Formats: sequence, structure tokens, C-alpha cells
Amino acid sequence: MTWDTVDIALMLGKIVFVFAVILTYAAYLVLAERRILGFLQDRIGPNRVGPWGLLQPLADVIKMLTKEDMIPSAADRLLFSLAPAMAALPAILTFAIIPLGAPVEIFGHKVTMQVADLNVGVLYFMALSSVAVYGVALGGWASNSKYALLGSIRGLSQLISYELSMGLSLVPVVMLAKSLSLADIVNAQADMPFIVYQPLAFAIFLVSILAECRRIPFDLPEAEGELVAGFHTEYSGMRFGLFFVGEYINIISLGSLASLFFLGGWRGPLLPPILWFFIKVGLFSFLFIWVRGTLPRLRYDQLMHLGWKFLTPLALLNILVTGWWLALR
Amino acid sequence: MSILTDIKEIFTGLSITLRHIFRKPVTVQFPEERRPMPERFRGSIVLTRDPDGAERCVACYLCSGACPVDCISMAAAEGENGRRYAAWFRINFSRCILCGLCAEACPTLAIQMSPEMFNCRRQVIDMVYEKEDLLIDGTGKDPDYNFYRHAGIGVVQPRGSGDGEQAPFDPRSLMP
Repeated sequence: MTWDTVDIALMLGKIVFVFAVILTYAAYLVLAERRILGFLQDRIGPNRVGPWGLLQPLADVIKMLTKEDMIPSAADRLLFSLAPAMAALPAILTFAIIPLGAPVEIFGHKVTMQVADLNVGVLYFMALSSVAVYGVALGGWASNSKYALLGSIRGLSQLISYELSMGLSLVPVVMLAKSLSLADIVNAQADMPFIVYQPLAFAIFLVSILAECRRIPFDLPEAEGELVAGFHTEYSGMRFGLFFVGEYINIISLGSLASLFFLGGWRGPLLPPILWFFIKVGLFSFLFIWVRGTLPRLRYDQLMHLGWKFLTPLALLNILVTGWWLALR
Repeated sequence: MSILTDIKEIFTGLSITLRHIFRKPVTVQFPEERRPMPERFRGSIVLTRDPDGAERCVACYLCSGACPVDCISMAAAEGENGRRYAAWFRINFSRCILCGLCAEACPTLAIQMSPEMFNCRRQVIDMVYEKEDLLIDGTGKDPDYNFYRHAGIGVVQPRGSGDGEQAPFDPRSLMP
């Protein structure tokens, strides 16, 4: 593969575009969450900064950046500073493999709407979601605080447990698409989205990504009311902001992966592909917020029970049935 | 099976919260929208006038004595007709706890609690209210009460002309 200037420019353009889009999306997802949660609870939500509160994310960023940046004296300084980046980076990096739309022609070059079409896309995603564990684990451990440590221990075991069922629920998708590349998986759904063939895998994946995002009802690592703020108790200012933004980017990236694996990604009638993609991601974001407004937090043993005794065996069974069906077809 | 019931219950919960999205929020957006307060709500302090339109306050200092946070201060003066009034009257609302003890202490019902809520300011000095800011044109809660019809006799009105007051009696007339 030869690279010329246009290729490099396009690549840089895509990176900048994706970065801008997900950061803006994450900022407004915070606002959307606060407002939708407000409506769910018969409240109004933040509506003071700008029309309908649309400048609230800006105000939040200014607040985060101007707050005092504290490092507890007993903390491990290096790991303490490293952990927020470790939490936010994997979520952002996941976007490198996500196709945002159909391939387009620019300057006679065929441009895929994804930063990199990895042929091991699914594995890359699984690897990154494992790396994301380090953000939680190191953040809690480096803080040298009992609440943070408890939160990070919980987070660690939760993320590892649910990674298993998440990975297993993706196996049938890979079996159906016969490829690990996300572009191929989307192409395989040209006729029919995989949710039709794999409703069970979709349900398992959905529950698992809820747990991977550490969202209610699986927010045990944070668990305000039990652990103050869990693994990021000791963080303040923009370091906390990075954890926070990472969590929301995680929602977007896992939501877009769910729509890629099961809803056909950018495929859809009438509307332009990129719009379809963002509609689907938006639906998942809304679902996450809606679930947060509805369900209480699970107890720790219930969490482990659900992951190990229910979702994982079910996902294994699903693989078996899918394999049987594929072999007989 | 309990797992099916659990799943069903999750969807029940989701449907209930979804319905609440379309419900009108109960929020009252305070400074712009205000709930009508009950009459006896202690929202702010006003100085009222008697039914004749004169100031009720006789500058007796009882309110400032009763005030637990010492936020009321004044200076007494005497009018030409001998009637006392407050030369200046000042309430520091940055201190006031709106307890209503001043209104209870007031013998002339001049100082009263109003249901109209007092607004906060950014500058503390803006929260110090002078007599002109406190004085209202109405009579407040007791529209008929006029202190000087019952008291202040001999000062602003001749003896024997007060409400239910008998004509002055000269005890010396009993002497043999």
C-alpha cells in the first residue's frame, strides 16, 4: 500500500472528525442525561445556561478546568495521574475501528468512513475493553483510600466477569459474518440485521455493555451512597473530568458497537448512512439513560450471580445452538 | 419461573418511567415562577401604616430588642405634635432569619411579616433595607387597628376622645 499526500490528509481529517464528533457527542450526552433523567423524574433539569441549557457542557468544562487539581499526599503520584488517561483512552481508541457510514469517493479515492478497517476489529475491541479495566483498578489503588480501593476491586471483578459474557455473545455474530472486521460485519447485515437471528446474543450483549460502562444498575464500582464515589473518590478537577468523559465516551462507543453488531450499523432505508448510524447510537444512549432512571443498583452477589451463573452459560449455549444451526443449514 | 417475572418487572418499570417523560414537570422555577404563599408565611418584613395613612411605628425599640440576630436598628424622634416616630429604621436582611419575633413584639402592629418573599442580592450592602424600602402604603394584617386611638392620649389627641375612653375625671371634685 502506497501512501500519498491525499491519503494522509484524509486519514488525519478522519481522525480529527471522529475526535471532534465523539467529544461533542459525549459533552452533550452529559446534558442529555441530566435533562432526560429530569423528565423521567418529573423535573426539568438544567435549563439555565443558554437556551434549553445548551451551553451547560461548556460551563461544566470551565468548572472542571478551573477547579483545584488535588493529589492526596498518600497517593502514588505517577499511577494517580496515569489512571484517568487509562480510563478515557480505550474508550476513544475504540472509535478507530467503528465505521460511521458507507464508503464514499473523495478525490478519486475510495474512503471508508472509519479510521482503520482492522481485520481483527472485534479482537481489538475486546483487547481495549480489557485495557479499560486498568483505569478503574489503578485509579482506585493509587488513591490510597479505602473507598477508592473497594470501588476499584469491585470494578475489577465486575469488568472481568462481564467481559466474558460480552465476548461470548459476540461469537455468534462473528460466526454469522464469518469475519472479525467491523466493515465486513456491517456488510453481512445488508439483508437482515443480526438482531433478528440473534435476539438472545443481543440481550446478553446489552446487559454486558451496561456492566462494562459501569452504569446503573451495575454501578457498583462508583456506588455513591456506599463508597462515596467509588474508584474516583479522590479525584478532582479535570482528572475527575477525564474519568467522567471516559465513561460517556464509553457509552457512545459501546452503543455504536451494539448497533454495528446487531442493528446493521449505518445501514437503513431512505436516510443517509451516517444519520442512520447516529440515530441508532442515539437510541442506545437514550436506553442507557432510561435504564439509569428506572432500575436500582444490584447487590454485589446478584451482580456476580447474573454474570457467571446466568449470562455466561446462556451465551455459551447460544454459541452451541448457532453453530448447530449453521452446520445444518 | 422467577427469572421471567424479573424480566417482566424490568419492562414494567421501564414503561412507567417512560410515561413520566411526557408528564408535565412539577418544578416551580423559583425566581421567575412563584407559588402563592399562605398569608401568614414569613417571607419578608414590612412597616405598615395605620388606617389614616400615618406611620404606625413609634420607635419603641422592642423589635430590635426582640431580634435574636440584632438585625434591626433605628433612631427615635419626636414630631411636633409629640408623636414618636423612627427618624431612620434599618433592617439588615443579610442577617435576618425571618423568625417573626419582631412582629410579635411590636405593640403598634407596625412591623409585620409579609408573605412576599425577599430576594437575595449579590452585594451585602444591597440587602440592608432602609425605612423607605420597608414602608408600605397599606395597613397589613390588621386593617382597623390604630395605636393612637388607644394610646398616646394627651399627646396627639385630647383626653377623653379615645376609643372607649371616659371623659377625664377630676378626683379633686370629690373632696368635701
